[in-house]
Amino acid sequence: MISKDKLKNLSINEIIEKYPYTEGFFEDQKLAVDDKDKSLKEIFSELTIEEMEDVVFDLDQFAGSLTSHIRNMQEFLGENDSIVGTLSIVAGKDKDGEWENYEKLDIKSGEIISIVGPTGSGKSRLLADIEWTAQGDTPTERQILINDEVPDKKWRFTGGKKLVAQLSQNMNFVMDLSVMEFLNLHAESRLIDNQEDVVERIFKEANQLAGEQFGRETQITSLSGGQSRALMIADTAILSSSPIILIDEIENAGINREKALELLVGEEKIVLMATHDPILALMGDKRIIINNGGIKDIIETTGEEKELMKELKVLDKVMTDLRDDLRYGNNLSRISDELAEIKTA
Amino acid sequence: MNLVTFSGPPSSGKTAVILKTIEAIQQRGLKVGVVKFDCLYTDDDELYRKAGVPVKKGLSGSLCPDHYFVSNIEEVVQWGKERDLDLLITESAGLCNRCSPYIKDIKAICVIDNLSGINTPKKIGPMLKTADIVVITKGDIVSQAEREVFASRVSTVNPDAMVMNVNGLTGQGAFEFSTLLYDEEDHIETVTGKKLRFSMPSAMCSYCLGETRIGKEHQLGNVRKIELGDE
Repeated sequence: MISKDKLKNLSINEIIEKYPYTEGFFEDQKLAVDDKDKSLKEIFSELTIEEMEDVVFDLDQFAGSLTSHIRNMQEFLGENDSIVGTLSIVAGKDKDGEWENYEKLDIKSGEIISIVGPTGSGKSRLLADIEWTAQGDTPTERQILINDEVPDKKWRFTGGKKLVAQLSQNMNFVMDLSVMEFLNLHAESRLIDNQEDVVERIFKEANQLAGEQFGRETQITSLSGGQSRALMIADTAILSSSPIILIDEIENAGINREKALELLVGEEKIVLMATHDPILALMGDKRIIINNGGIKDIIETTGEEKELMKELKVLDKVMTDLRDDLRYGNNLSRISDELAEIKTA
Repeated sequence: MNLVTFSGPPSSGKTAVILKTIEAIQQRGLKVGVVKFDCLYTDDDELYRKAGVPVKKGLSGSLCPDHYFVSNIEEVVQWGKERDLDLLITESAGLCNRCSPYIKDIKAICVIDNLSGINTPKKIGPMLKTADIVVITKGDIVSQAEREVFASRVSTVNPDAMVMNVNGLTGQGAFEFSTLLYDEEDHIETVTGKKLRFSMPSAMCSYCLGETRIGKEHQLGNVRKIELGDE
């Protein structure tokens, strides 16, 4: 790690050459630089009072801040130490202080786990425990292990790298950007090498998930609900730095949910999915039953449930087709007499 | 007693975050009080009172809220001590982005929200740059990508800060955040003699003293001019 004092004597150009990501740092810190061949020391000695005001830090603080930035970025780029092969949740207590009904749940990358339970049952607390890599120091006293070890504290505090990415029903895009501008902005913040290819891939995957196609120049704020979710999911799967993804329901309309989950799992993510939709819940390998703040049971999806899944998909298809007919102005017709019989039985 | 200063742009969710955090701190049996600084009006003190939190409010009126804050902070600390608080929280709205209410050796928290726009971290000065912990709110309504980009911008502006997401509505993250606020080893008796982390927004010009007329001849003292060259 480079020392503060060494940095002070380097020119801006030398620093950027050595650490390319510092270019954005100098810009965001609003340091007035007229000549990039001057050293930090020289630049600070020549700042006017107003320019000093803008940059807030003095030379020593600025150099300190710059070393922290370089350290953060090196950590961020060191992807190897952040591969999550297994996430383990060691049992804690429910709201009454009773021990949870299991010992240790291991979730491997590429697995989908459904979380079911009524509102207020403790789903958010479970997620928060994972995000905080709890070590018996949260109300549930659960412990989180990553690759069977006590995780590094960096997961708790760094701005750039979070353990859990979240996708939920009420999330919107708020930036005034086109689809491509948006993807490029996200890619830049991740400092990836093959930006163009990655961005193109996300665009294509998102369009495959979306029921209705959208273009590269479409403003993200004007995408439909289904299109937005498709873009969010493709972007999170491919570009998010978080190895674990929490999904809070995926609405049925305008998006291919099965493909969406395949995409996430294909990127070696761990997918946790809070849902009350039987189709989604059964797409999981296991489901966690939560009640009164604790995990009551962990159920593996059974063979019969997998068979049921096929039937549910038929029902789902029926509804989707009816929606499409409605959208394109067709008359709707009855499906079959059998269905009516099942319903009344 | 511990002292923690909260600051952040208006409507960023400071009060909501503090309320959710206090819930978690009270569960540890600690006594928390709040002093809310604002400019013209606030009824947030009612929210604190409802939550059973001892609270005082101060309105700066025509004065710069930061100057008002620093001129009153010692009395506020003594108020907290008299009430035997374990933790005293001051909350002040960063009305101009140049605000700088943090004191050296006193924990400083900046609250900003995901909805405020991607360039906001760059627009906020010392209030963000010199904070110890930056709390980002309203993460439940923007996309994952926007959250990631926003957090990374915050980290670029203040690489030394811990950056945390707290949801002021659901309280997600508030428990975790609360564990960082109170330290048994910390005892603040007084802030007299301590120093601000950075100078406060300043101007001593004719308008500070009540001038209302417009025109060059009425501009005296510390006046800065906009650059309007041909470009």
